[in-house]
Amino acid sequence: MKTSDDTLALAAAGGDASAFSNLLERQYDRLFRLCFRLTGTQADAEDLTQDICAALPAKLRSYRGDAAITTWLYRLCVNAAHDRRRRAATHARAASGWGDWEVNRRAADGETAEAVDWLMQAMRALPDDLRDTLALVLDDMTHAQAGEILNVSEGTISWRISQAKKQLAQMRKEDTP
Amino acid sequence: MSDDLDDLKDMMNAATPRPDPARRAENIALAQKNFEILQGSRDGARPTSNRPSEGLWIGVKNMLNTLTSRAGLTASTAIVAVGLVAFTPIGDTLLRPGQIAERDLTQAPVVVPVVDQPQEQIATALGRTETADLDTSGRLQALTEAAPAGEAEFASDSISTLPAPASPPRAKMAAPADNSVMGGIVAEPMPPMELPNTEEFANADSNPVHIVSEDPVSTFSIDVDTASYAVIRNSLTNGYLPNTDAIRIEEMVNYFPYAYPTPDAGAAFRPTVSITQTPWNADTQLVQIGIQGAVPDVADRPPLNLVFLIDTSGSMNSPDKLPLLKQSFRLMLGQLRPEDQVAIVTYAGSAGQVLAPTPAGERVTILAALDNLGAGGSTAGQAGLQQAYATAAAMAKEGDVSRVILATDGDFNVGLSDPEALKDYIADKRETGTYLSVLGFGRGNLDDATMQTLAQNGNGQAAYIDTLSEAQKVLVDQLGGALFPIANDVKIQVEFNPAQVAEYRLIGYETRRLRREDFNNDKVDAGDIGAGHQVTALYEVTPVGSPAQLSDPLRYGAAETADSSTDELGFLRLRYKAPGSDTSQLIETPISADTTRSEAGFATAIAGFGQLLRGSDYLGDWSYDDAIALANATKGDDPFGYRAEAIQLMRLAASLSQN
Repeated sequence: MKTSDDTLALAAAGGDASAFSNLLERQYDRLFRLCFRLTGTQADAEDLTQDICAALPAKLRSYRGDAAITTWLYRLCVNAAHDRRRRAATHARAASGWGDWEVNRRAADGETAEAVDWLMQAMRALPDDLRDTLALVLDDMTHAQAGEILNVSEGTISWRISQAKKQLAQMRKEDTP
Repeated sequence: MSDDLDDLKDMMNAATPRPDPARRAENIALAQKNFEILQGSRDGARPTSNRPSEGLWIGVKNMLNTLTSRAGLTASTAIVAVGLVAFTPIGDTLLRPGQIAERDLTQAPVVVPVVDQPQEQIATALGRTETADLDTSGRLQALTEAAPAGEAEFASDSISTLPAPASPPRAKMAAPADNSVMGGIVAEPMPPMELPNTEEFANADSNPVHIVSEDPVSTFSIDVDTASYAVIRNSLTNGYLPNTDAIRIEEMVNYFPYAYPTPDAGAAFRPTVSITQTPWNADTQLVQIGIQGAVPDVADRPPLNLVFLIDTSGSMNSPDKLPLLKQSFRLMLGQLRPEDQVAIVTYAGSAGQVLAPTPAGERVTILAALDNLGAGGSTAGQAGLQQAYATAAAMAKEGDVSRVILATDGDFNVGLSDPEALKDYIADKRETGTYLSVLGFGRGNLDDATMQTLAQNGNGQAAYIDTLSEAQKVLVDQLGGALFPIANDVKIQVEFNPAQVAEYRLIGYETRRLRREDFNNDKVDAGDIGAGHQVTALYEVTPVGSPAQLSDPLRYGAAETADSSTDELGFLRLRYKAPGSDTSQLIETPISADTTRSEAGFATAIAGFGQLLRGSDYLGDWSYDDAIALANATKGDDPFGYRAEAIQLMRLAASLSQN
């Protein structure tokens, strides 16, 4: 019989190393998937997942089983993404000017070659809160669960989803001549 | 759920890539490593085998042996070697270049090209800030809209509606830091560790309370290192409490300059003793022993031969390591005189001399050699060290001071075939007059224990450089102390008077304890004092009859033989050797109750802070707030701002300790 993820998480919080690695093996892909949807590029998602993995052992000690581990992990993930965006904003200010025009242009060409999907770009164009909400709901979270993760009411989630859909529809209209 | 949302979901599922298997494995390994480390610290037993244990202490020689006892280091080397096999192929060779390559393709365009930019071109790029900036943030939108170049205005409008660029391309961070124009970028909080954390710290259990009637004599070697304070600062500013093994209270106290009276002309140093009230215990007193080293006239100093032994292994490839190191040495170069000689030896995979001995006056040559250093490969510490010493020997002329300055992140594993032999080798070289100082950089695999051992055996100083301002302190403001020894093998022995003092406790110096008989044995190595160095030691003493006494008097105790005719608390003896001399000289001074001075306060606040961080049992309910209040009250004249920074750290620690 497969031990439930919540049981594993509690054992890991209590110091069981094999439970921890077992849990991480099971959850890694989900985490990565959400990270990708929160950040929008594979490289950023890998980095964000790395941040989370590095901090997870310490954070997990405070896991008491009050929420399902998936919910708990998603909350961790969303918070980490927020931190990362804040850092990115700070860093972008500090580092602005270090780029070289030509190098940037070539990199931009490279990115075009990667042919980023329309949806990912649209997602990235959404405001942060809408994007987070959409990422969670698209990941099979109910509105209630998403509300729990983002610490807002279920109604707010429903409103944000409708806003996000509106904005996406608008963007699609602009893109399709 | 509505249909269009389901459509979205399908699209999303199609768009979501699989995680990169290499990164996945690496991230999971990182998490597991952190998990293990965390368990270790919770149980109070770190899985390092070179942590000295109480029973093995037999003098400083053996202290060092304990730190690197053959069995201990063999085992720890084995552990690290396993770690290397498990992580480094990914970490050093596969992962890092892979990561950068991947970023090059996708989103971090600057790393390689900008590093190679000559300074003028960078200045030009700076001038184009706006253009470049627009392009960075706008390129996403630009390609979506396929905006022609002429529609730049449109693109820039769209920027405001974009969310913040998703990630700070970390590689980009390396680029400006590499060109090292300011410390600010270097000090930028690093993303969580990229490599498995394999830090090891040297420490022992806190000194216990001694009963004067049983054990009246306390002997230890002085310590001028400050590495521990910088490590603690680095931890706290990154938002976590430092590992208790990383805290060596004497190094925290000795980090700060105090206003001790300067030595008389001709004397190498001058001891000052003062007694003050213990802030955390109303019934005990603090005996502060301060030693001020003489500052020889800079113009008279002998020429220096410096060999920079620089670790350029792959693990040095992060902004707070090699780039900071280059910038630090650049600062230091300004302090050297034209007749001083500089050589650079690197070690990574194989050791090599990258700069033949060059007069310090030829700045351009030296700077060019520094700039050309790049990180890659694994660490061949021993070969590098041997080559550095050989270079130093070739440079040495009569009357010169030769010193090897090892700069590393502590990854001293590969090539360390026999730790004992390496230690003996350094000790041998010390006898020939070539000293060794160790500068630590970066966190993650800082092998503090090895650094300590190397510096202690090499008669040098171990410092940890985490920011450019720390480099300024160690390599510019206090360069004389780091490079010019004025007294070797300085030992302190305090004998307490059982008629006055019931119990005593030495605060800090756990790794520096000596046996009583080692004090007069000139063969036993101890710490050295450089020009202008200051050393502070604090004893907490319980006067006879004080309610704070922890031990009860013996019912069948030995007959009272103490001399109660004097009010001296104890007697201080100091031994040191003049540089180049084999026989020690003795300085003696009584510790009497009427010596009080105002300067004691700040050292006390720092000692209290250190004990709070270590979780000492002796502080009662004295808290961080008390430490902050005391430090503020005794901050005094703080020309370099070190003390203000310490208070800030106390405040951080106070907040962090509440979690």
